[in-house]
Amino acid sequence: MFEEKDFTIIGADAERGEAFARKPVTYWGDAFRRFKENKVAVVAFVVLFLLVISVIVVPILSPYDYTKQDLRSRKEWPSAEHIFGTDSLGRDLFTRVFQGGRVSLAIGIIGAAVVAIVGCIYGGIAAYFGGWVDMAMMRVVEVLSSVPNLLVIIMMSLLFDSSSVSTLLFAMCITGWCPVARLVRSQMLQISASEYVMAARVMGVSPLKIVLTHMIPNTISLIIVNITFRIPGFIFSEAFLSYVGLGVQPPSTSWGALASEGQVTLSFYPYMMFFPAFFIALTMLCFTLMGDGLRDALDPKLRR
Amino acid sequence: MSNNNLYEIRNLKRYFPAKNGKVVKAVDDVTFNIARGETFSLVGESGCGKTTCGRTLLGVYPKTAGSILYNGKESSELSRAEQKEFKRQNQMIFQDPYSCLDPRMAIGTIIQEGMNVHYDYTPAERNEKVRELLYKVGLTADFASRFPHELSGGQRQRIGIARALAMNPSFIVCDEPIAALDVSIQAQVINLMIDLQQEMGLTYLFISHDLSMVRHISDRIGVMYLGSLVEVSASGPLYEKPLHPYTKALFSAIPDIGKRSTKERIRLQGEIPNPMNPPPGCKFSSRCPYVTDRCSHEAPQLQELEPDHFVACHMAAVLNK
Amino acid sequence: MAELLKVENLNVSFMSYAGEVKAVRNVSFHVNEKETLALVGESGCGKTVTSKSIMRLLGRTTAVIKEGSKIEFNGEDIVKMDKKRLAEIRGNDIAMIFQDSMTSLNPTMTVGKQIVENILNHNDIPKAQAMDRALELLKLVEIPNPEERLKVYPHQMSGGMRQRVMIAIALANNPKLLIADEPTTALDVTIQAQLMDLLGTLKERLGMSVILVTHDLGIVSDFADRVQVMYAGQVVERGTTDEIFNNPRHPYTWALLRSIPGLALEQKSKLYSLKGTPPDLLLTLSQCPFAARCDYCMPICTKQKPDETVLSDTHSTACWLLHPNAPKIDPPIGIGGQHNE
Repeated sequence: MFEEKDFTIIGADAERGEAFARKPVTYWGDAFRRFKENKVAVVAFVVLFLLVISVIVVPILSPYDYTKQDLRSRKEWPSAEHIFGTDSLGRDLFTRVFQGGRVSLAIGIIGAAVVAIVGCIYGGIAAYFGGWVDMAMMRVVEVLSSVPNLLVIIMMSLLFDSSSVSTLLFAMCITGWCPVARLVRSQMLQISASEYVMAARVMGVSPLKIVLTHMIPNTISLIIVNITFRIPGFIFSEAFLSYVGLGVQPPSTSWGALASEGQVTLSFYPYMMFFPAFFIALTMLCFTLMGDGLRDALDPKLRR
Repeated sequence: MSNNNLYEIRNLKRYFPAKNGKVVKAVDDVTFNIARGETFSLVGESGCGKTTCGRTLLGVYPKTAGSILYNGKESSELSRAEQKEFKRQNQMIFQDPYSCLDPRMAIGTIIQEGMNVHYDYTPAERNEKVRELLYKVGLTADFASRFPHELSGGQRQRIGIARALAMNPSFIVCDEPIAALDVSIQAQVINLMIDLQQEMGLTYLFISHDLSMVRHISDRIGVMYLGSLVEVSASGPLYEKPLHPYTKALFSAIPDIGKRSTKERIRLQGEIPNPMNPPPGCKFSSRCPYVTDRCSHEAPQLQELEPDHFVACHMAAVLNK
Repeated sequence: MAELLKVENLNVSFMSYAGEVKAVRNVSFHVNEKETLALVGESGCGKTVTSKSIMRLLGRTTAVIKEGSKIEFNGEDIVKMDKKRLAEIRGNDIAMIFQDSMTSLNPTMTVGKQIVENILNHNDIPKAQAMDRALELLKLVEIPNPEERLKVYPHQMSGGMRQRVMIAIALANNPKLLIADEPTTALDVTIQAQLMDLLGTLKERLGMSVILVTHDLGIVSDFADRVQVMYAGQVVERGTTDEIFNNPRHPYTWALLRSIPGLALEQKSKLYSLKGTPPDLLLTLSQCPFAARCDYCMPICTKQKPDETVLSDTHSTACWLLHPNAPKIDPPIGIGGQHNE
């Protein structure tokens, strides 16, 4: 059954011993693969993508203008003509919801981006210089984050005596960057204590280069995840402020403002509040689920 | 004599501030030389200061007191150009093959990192260099485009060695380079290190708690306990006839493979004291079986009990009659 | 001697994105009463997975004990056991100690409370009695000032002391089988020696069986009765400690023994070293798993997996070199007979 030549010693095959059984994967390729595996996160991503597209497209394509009042068709229930119905001034709610979505999403995304950028720079500087610079900068952060957020926003809108979108954004960002700065600082401190940074220092790599090649690439995924989780917070704050009347003012509108308008007639025309509220909830849920997926995909501790 | 020493370390101290105003004397008044081309090992249990000592030599931690002469020159007083050259010549290999490579960098980039600081190579030369280095540590050019998480521990450790070699160093601090590796892989790495030493005339400071490996690779050995050197000697005499009671206990704990141990094992009582408040006098006095009154009052100094065999113990002369 | 534990055709797989990682492949073995069996091998060889399957401690979502695997403890099949019975056995008849005592102990509970809790989980006795038992256990594991130590939190103790506490918890209900997974790996040599001595005396005194999972051959030769060498999820050689250390027959065992620098070796001479790394466990491996790294590899080794050849009642090995057609190979110098000069 066996041939004799099967039993001659040929010895070890070192090449084969070191060969790779798996295909090469880059960090981002691997993260993308893991994100794809998470079905919930992918669905959330697709929903958000569609939402962003429709928020841009719907108000343009819609036959109705979001400010145009049509007093003949007031408070109409959803129908083929007005998909989400009309409001008490006869404006098409479908158009208004997506127009409001523009404002809500823009505030969420821009707000989170601003906060992330400011937080990164601030936290990065604190971590990089360390010592008393770090001490002073972090104390400032502590003071700022101890001020109640809502109070600042209310004061700002009173101070500027206007409630434009940009004022609102400014007011929300003024303390919003503090948690990001803390996060970035602690992550950077952790990386700078790692052995690969020590190796780079021993080899005489300049501090700036270490920041660019080690610190930032290793912090970026954390920041991406953080932004994703922060967007719904902004959307919700805006909705809340608009709801209590401190946010977006007519004629411009947002989901929060729409929900506030709808609330007045809630018992008779519940659809007026339902649609904006539904979109607020949907968006927040999707960002949170996507954030979960991203965190799992980008966390190097979970790779195996 | 002195020009044969690459490093001369005199009364080196490195203290770390601790809570409530205390200090941890991680390295406390340590004196030794490292000769060109030799492997000097520091052994001892965790927390004895051997890692801190290695890092202080390379300037990762500033020293608290004492002097470090590198090629006869105080290493903290080098000019800028000399400092750069110092950073090229002195490299480090780490214990944890997982945290010593940046997970976001391809292997090729990791190996090039230091090279780009000190040498002006063209991109083609660089890639050639990387291939050469990978080959030197027993890996193939394929590895350059891979990422650390795709490699096994032994392969990563060899990448760490390749990164250090890229600088054409003369001195490498090897901080527990094999502690995290499997036995069969340990031998690969040690063989590689021995080969490279012979080929490139490297000097090693080898930091380890693996006593059988230390014996194999070292020319001279320093035994540390709670931040102090308790014994310094050439490797042969140290293993044949350790003089310090701590060294004796440490070495008797090396298991003999393949036989039920016949040799008398010295079992130390208790545990290593907290480095924040070591016992007064001789730091080993709290666990030493031969402790006397004098030991708890007066810290012993290193003395040459036998030619080139130094020991810091009041009782050494009596005990080793 | 009676068989306490019998493992048959154990197959354990992990599901990963790249496919099925077969971590343990068709492993069979048994443990007798009052005996110490050592599972030896390098990381990723399946020794820890094997030991955890015995307690069914593997995460259910990722790890799967395959159909056909059988783990019989005192005649009961652990693989098919329901949760209730499993909970009764865990920590009672079978106990386990882990490598990392810091993460295995609850940091928010005093040491005494943790021991007492474990006693009360399995025994219906008054708390005061359990407290006395806890004190007794701490004395058993030779912890100085046991009365005070009961009130202390894990982080206030040193690594060696914590490991002793783990042993005390494991011994709380007089287990018949103790699984020690790398019990001393994280400790310093002098502490390691203390602890292994302690384990040895306790084992004798309490009459338990021990499965020692380790990569440290030094500990094995001192402590184990029988040794089982694992590679890439399979058992490549098994035998009594004497047989494995003095008359090993598998080239992988030779390699393991040779890669430790012995006393006889000349300084800075080449250590024997294996080339390459173990195979990726994603592969099915219809060949001998060690073939690519084996100095004595033959064409047959790359074609077909060797069966286990029985050398004595206790000693067997899976290697083609023992096939009658294979050339006669003497173990390399420094192995076996030459070792005990």
